[in-house]
Amino acid sequence: MSVDLEHYLIVGAVLFSIGLYLALAKRNFVGVLMGIELMFNAVNLTFVAFSRFVESPNPLDGHVFVVFVITVAAAEAATALALAVLLYRVRDTIDVDRIDLLKW
Amino acid sequence: MARRPRTSDGRYQSAECRVPSARCSNLLRRAGAKRLMDDTGTIIAFWVLAAITVGAALGVVAVRNLIHAVVFLILSFVGVAGLYITLSADFVAVTQILIYAGAVSVLILFAIVLTPRGDRGNQETFLRLPALLLALLVAFTLGYVAIDTNWAISDRKGFEETASVIGEALLDKYVLPFEIASVLLLVAMLGAIVLVRPEATMEETGE
Amino acid sequence: MIRPLAEWYDLRDIGNAVGALLEQIEDWGAPEWVPYVVSGVIGVLAILLWTVISVLAFIWIERRVVGLMQNRIGPNRVGPSGLLQPVADALKLLFKEPVTTHNADRVLFWLAPVVIFIPTIVVFAVIPFGERMVLADLNVGVLFLIAIGSINTIAVFMAGWSSNNKYALIGAMRTIAMLISYELIQVLVLLAAVLFAGSMRLGDIVAWQQDYGVWLLFLQPLGLLGYVIAGAVEMNRSPTDIAEAESEIVAGYHTEYGGIKFGFFYQAEYLAGFAIAAVIVTLYMGGWTLWGVEEWVPGWLIFLAKLYGVFFIYIWSRGTLPRLRIDQLMAFAWKFLLPLALVNVLVVGGEMLLWQEADLSSGEALPLFGVINALLAVALIGGWAWFLGQLRPERVAHRAILTQEVGAIYYGEAAADL
Repeated sequence: MSVDLEHYLIVGAVLFSIGLYLALAKRNFVGVLMGIELMFNAVNLTFVAFSRFVESPNPLDGHVFVVFVITVAAAEAATALALAVLLYRVRDTIDVDRIDLLKW
Repeated sequence: MARRPRTSDGRYQSAECRVPSARCSNLLRRAGAKRLMDDTGTIIAFWVLAAITVGAALGVVAVRNLIHAVVFLILSFVGVAGLYITLSADFVAVTQILIYAGAVSVLILFAIVLTPRGDRGNQETFLRLPALLLALLVAFTLGYVAIDTNWAISDRKGFEETASVIGEALLDKYVLPFEIASVLLLVAMLGAIVLVRPEATMEETGE
Repeated sequence: MIRPLAEWYDLRDIGNAVGALLEQIEDWGAPEWVPYVVSGVIGVLAILLWTVISVLAFIWIERRVVGLMQNRIGPNRVGPSGLLQPVADALKLLFKEPVTTHNADRVLFWLAPVVIFIPTIVVFAVIPFGERMVLADLNVGVLFLIAIGSINTIAVFMAGWSSNNKYALIGAMRTIAMLISYELIQVLVLLAAVLFAGSMRLGDIVAWQQDYGVWLLFLQPLGLLGYVIAGAVEMNRSPTDIAEAESEIVAGYHTEYGGIKFGFFYQAEYLAGFAIAAVIVTLYMGGWTLWGVEEWVPGWLIFLAKLYGVFFIYIWSRGTLPRLRIDQLMAFAWKFLLPLALVNVLVVGGEMLLWQEADLSSGEALPLFGVINALLAVALIGGWAWFLGQLRPERVAHRAILTQEVGAIYYGEAAADL
């Protein structure tokens, strides 16, 4: 009984799908953002698992990519949360069901 | 005083035995990286951390209060950092805690404080069932691909030290993405500041 | 077979004693994981014991010393010259009724003291107390210190939010703003120190200082200044104790906490102080080494003496310096310390490159770098402070943005632009 690549990939897949559900089904804008962050984490976990287990000439490239993903995720979280605050100022709500001006 | 011996790649000798005994050096050698992760400690650590991570993620979905959901999200981040450590990715684990649990979480909490009190529930939209179906479909697809593919597993032991190699790669092979990432961060910072500046600045500077 | 005592080398050094015990356990044929677990348990118990005793001792020491600095006697009633004062404090906190405010978030209210205590203890795991006395000598030790310190912000927010008290929330926001600004300064300053030693592992940094016979504070005066100030802010101590300024905001984010929950915050403040002092001693003052004295005096005694000395300087600054305002503190971080820290990193990087490329020996390189860094520190601090003084803007008083927004949410739009 050992811990293999498949275990980590399945954990990553479960986290990704939970994040996807949060991003699609939450009514609060910040809830959607939390789902996106979970998806980033799942992807990072998958990268690191591959970098540990899979044959490669430069195994640590996976870690480099994870550092970039974390950086971009932080930048995106900052921007998205600034948008959330601005959204509240403009539409007086952050309920995504009520921000439907483009609906026909 | 005597100089500490450095190994061939410039690092300090990490540990040595005061008495040159076979037992001590065996202990040090076995404490090095392992190839297959089949010892009890790693197995227990993986299952506990995976349970914490997935449980906390389900907690984010299930709790009714948004702040509690963020706390569960922080727990999930810490769980993922623990999983990185089982994969001997020390630098990435510490970076995860520093940035996700230390900074992104605070950002999310501040955004919750600056948004109205009425919108602090954690309920779902009317699209919850299709979203659930889609999420389950994605989970099963990814899981099936993960189990069914014949991955090229290598014989490599776990990494000894990742930080120096990551640093060299960032400045050698990936220097362009590195510079672009710093510009991206600058743009994101400026954008966030410009977006939330109050509109009353014109009257203030006019006084 | 038990080894004869003569071979248990030098039991004065606790690290050697524990190492001998572990090798003895290995000799007795225990499975592989037993020495590892035993060393972990011994380390954790030692750290917990030492921190508790140190906190109790320093409650008394701080109150007496600050009292003497303020020309009064400190506590001297409880026990001989007040030595049982910490015990009395602890008992009082334990016996108080645990009150949770009305409408407070009960789970977070209970969880905040726990979460603020954890990082302050975990930091001690990577600090080398002696030659073989590191609980976990991580490869990324320095980054670990910063990362664990950044969890304090979450705990502060949980405390301020769950109290259901707008002043606690504002205090928490101010504290978090302060903490994240000075975290950035810490990272840059520690980066320069890591550049010198070439490794992020704290044991390696101490070994570097032992090898070259020089403390990093002689080579990094700007770094030391930056870290001492950033550390003072991270510990929430005066002159930067804006969170718990008793005359301003009652007690900031821990206003509503009483009893043993407040005891956790109180203890976490002292432990954070010890942690910052331990990091300063390890990185800048040679850790457990003292230019050869560690052959006779056990390393952990030297380390503790240095640590208590550095903490005494923090107690001294509490008794002496007036408290800073939050906007003064933030301006100081972003306008003064951040450019200095960046220039410091640039200069140290250049020096490391020079050392490597010009093939200098350490005997000529290190004094040169020390002199350059000292002159640069004096020039930069003096020059930049003068320059910022010339730029003093017109002071227009208006309410800070954050309280405008929070006020608008609580009181409606009319209060937003007061």
